[in-house]
Amino acid sequence: MVQLPDVKEGETLLKLENIHMYFGKVAALAGVSLEIKKGEIHSIIGPNGAGKTVMMNCINGLYRPQKGNIYYKGQKINHLKPYQRAQLGISRTFQKIELFGGMSVLDNIRLGRHIHLKSGIISGSIYVGKTKREELDSRKFIEEEIIDLLEIESIRDKTVHMLPYGLQKRVELGRALALNPELLLLDEPLAGLNLEEVEDMARFILDINEEKRWRVTCVLVEHDMGVVMDISHRVFVLNFGNPVTDGPPEEVQKNPDVINAYLGTEDLYATRR
Amino acid sequence: MAGAEIEITKDLTIPKLFLRQCKRYGKNKVAMREKEFGIWRPYTWQDYYENVKYLCLGMVSLGLKRGDKVAMIGDNRPEGLWAEMAALCAGAVAVWLFQDSMIDEVKYIVDHSDAKFFVGETQEEVDKALAIKDECPHLEWVIWDDPKGMRNYHQDFLMSIRDVQQRGRELEKKEPDLFEKMINEGHGDDICLLFYTSGTTALPKGALLSHWNMLTMGRNLMAVDPCYDTDDFVSYLPFAWIGEQMMSISCGLQVGYTLNFPEEPETAQENIREIGPHVMFAPPRLYEGMTRRVQVKYIDSTWIKRKFFEFSTSIGYKVANLKFEKKPVPWYLKFLNWIAYITVQKKLKDHLGMSRLRHAYTGGAAMGPDHFRFFHALGVNLKQIYGQTEIAGISIVHRDGDVKFDTVGTPIPQTEVRITDEGEIISRSPSVFQGYYKNEEATKKTLVDGWLYSGDRGFIDEDGHLVVFDRSKDVMTLSDGRPFSPQYLETRLKFSPYIQEAWVIGDKKEYVTAVMCIDYAVVGKWADDNKINYTSYMELSQDPRVYDLVQKQIEEANRDLPDVAKIRKFVNLYKAFDADDDELTRTSKLRRAFVAERYKDIVDALYSDVDVVHMDTTITYEDGRQQRIKTDLRVQKVNV
Repeated sequence: MVQLPDVKEGETLLKLENIHMYFGKVAALAGVSLEIKKGEIHSIIGPNGAGKTVMMNCINGLYRPQKGNIYYKGQKINHLKPYQRAQLGISRTFQKIELFGGMSVLDNIRLGRHIHLKSGIISGSIYVGKTKREELDSRKFIEEEIIDLLEIESIRDKTVHMLPYGLQKRVELGRALALNPELLLLDEPLAGLNLEEVEDMARFILDINEEKRWRVTCVLVEHDMGVVMDISHRVFVLNFGNPVTDGPPEEVQKNPDVINAYLGTEDLYATRR
Repeated sequence: MAGAEIEITKDLTIPKLFLRQCKRYGKNKVAMREKEFGIWRPYTWQDYYENVKYLCLGMVSLGLKRGDKVAMIGDNRPEGLWAEMAALCAGAVAVWLFQDSMIDEVKYIVDHSDAKFFVGETQEEVDKALAIKDECPHLEWVIWDDPKGMRNYHQDFLMSIRDVQQRGRELEKKEPDLFEKMINEGHGDDICLLFYTSGTTALPKGALLSHWNMLTMGRNLMAVDPCYDTDDFVSYLPFAWIGEQMMSISCGLQVGYTLNFPEEPETAQENIREIGPHVMFAPPRLYEGMTRRVQVKYIDSTWIKRKFFEFSTSIGYKVANLKFEKKPVPWYLKFLNWIAYITVQKKLKDHLGMSRLRHAYTGGAAMGPDHFRFFHALGVNLKQIYGQTEIAGISIVHRDGDVKFDTVGTPIPQTEVRITDEGEIISRSPSVFQGYYKNEEATKKTLVDGWLYSGDRGFIDEDGHLVVFDRSKDVMTLSDGRPFSPQYLETRLKFSPYIQEAWVIGDKKEYVTAVMCIDYAVVGKWADDNKINYTSYMELSQDPRVYDLVQKQIEEANRDLPDVAKIRKFVNLYKAFDADDDELTRTSKLRRAFVAERYKDIVDALYSDVDVVHMDTTITYEDGRQQRIKTDLRVQKVNV
């Protein structure tokens, strides 16, 4: 695994440079550049089909863009596979839940911890030394940092597919956190949640971003403008593969191009209050 | 050791007893456990002592004085109990609030009690305190214990329990004897608790209870049913309920049993099963919930399991009935009961966390005879407790082997119970409270010559058992002039797993009617099984097939009732009664006067010839948001 230098708060953590991504002749991303600074919540908004999820997939390596470069902590990561990017500290959740339905909540979260378990087969089979230490550490981490944060104590032993949608979303966030990521890609974490669940989830995202223990940089793809404008440090607007603007939420809301392309004439932010 | 061995004198206070027990058990015994991060963590009496000491000294260094009030709110957890004990050690008075209280309720109690300290658990409680801080001039300090979400709170009157304890340690270095000196200054007649009663009719009233009240109550209960210091008790009901204070503080300290705190309120049931407590005290709705769970599991299970359950319950009921009638159980029934125990009861009791249970108590509201019989048929020694906050929680209890399911039992030692000429239950004991805080008028009405007037109607039966009929003001007069208790019929209705709440109407009316609230989870499951689509409680409750289902439950409850007392018409309400809408008290008692006013349209429709009621109301969510609801409710007739 490559060792990368530490990036300080406010410095560029991830950089997309002139990314082009085509599916056949359709340009999903046509020259997108974006810089994500450490410690920020950087949202990506745009109408359906704008290419938001494609951007996420390019960042975590599910797609290989035909043109352009991706830098993580100054290092080019174009050639790295998704699991290698995960090892560097890039974690994600999915728009449509991608959990293991037949497994328990705890097992799903443990799975996210997998890349941190390094002990060998022999030590593992007799459960001494390194394995034991790793298991204990990992249990402590999952229980004290994740389950407590996400308030899922009462469902830890439940089978995932038996849970309501809102809780499954929470479990997926838990699994992404088990990686102990530095950069977290959240693909529509609020979609399909009721009002109360939206508030909970927004609070968790803020906790993950602000709490001293975590300080995770977040890339958030989301349609709920109220939440996006409330919690983001910067907002990037995408329209059918083309970047529209990038800036603090107050500026983005006033941008006429954005209003035309996406927000509409009505002030959506105001209607949520 | 049984609790009765401790001598209670007028000089003894709860903190003095606390000190004695801490010295006696020290590091050798677990005082409490809390499940945290998936593991049960023990605290010895020594840990308990130190935590209370430093918290107490810390609050003293912040200005807590004798007689000051300390308001507390939060889930059941060690820190909550430490805060209460710390307040008592400093000679202050503890005021507990229900965890789910809305801001108005919090404000009323904090303001009315003149609380100087507010001890909350998380950001949520701190937010409530911040919202009312300006309107409560006596409130000086807000203390919290869970740092989650507190990173952006920097007000100078906020402090974490940890920081308070740190101040306590510093104070101790300066004045090492202060803590014990403060404890020794206490006297049994000092006030220890200011307890706000739930109030089915008016604003909550603050009952003042002394150390002597609490300690004598615990001793007298323990004299009836001794507990041992090897016992386990699970503390999961609100500390703001007198029953929990009774078990966790008064009895807990005297006996020295281990208190266990669940991980989260949602995991309580699971955690109870892990602990397997020896004693349990809960309001009827908890037992009703357990019955419902068993009934639902029964409906869901396979044919062979259902047969075993039916066999076991039929034997169980037979044996329980013989025991109720105090007749001997014949040998063959004993044998069959043993088989029922091996095959069903043992496992069922384990699932309910009742494997090791010696005494299960219920109190605080009426419990239906059906539920009572259900538990006795399982072999659970469920007994009724009767009492008010004003008598420290208990005056009457069933004795082992002398349980009658339509009575509440006989008085505990040192307690007299009489019935006035008007039929009101009055009682006298060392545990009768000291009066209401800042409410002379109510005190005068309730406390006459040392007798506590309960406002309940009842009588004493031929065996000396007290029978509680109902709240005096709730007793209905039927069309033939007979008195009737709506509560009795409601508890019968609630024995059906499909019914969550019921409200029976019919005072001075031609016939009896009811407003029903379905159990969303159980009826929802039933609807799924019957391929009925629904999106919300409102839609489900109004489905004609659900109406028919509810009608069947009513017909079942109607059986064996005199004709005039039978329910003739009913309406399914579009929501369940909720304490946030003021329809229930925080202890889940129906506030009849309030619902009668609020659902006046429904009542009118039930007593006229219309088939549909138009509703237009507002409901309140837990965070205070409101939503307007417009809907039509159908009135359905019941076959009598």
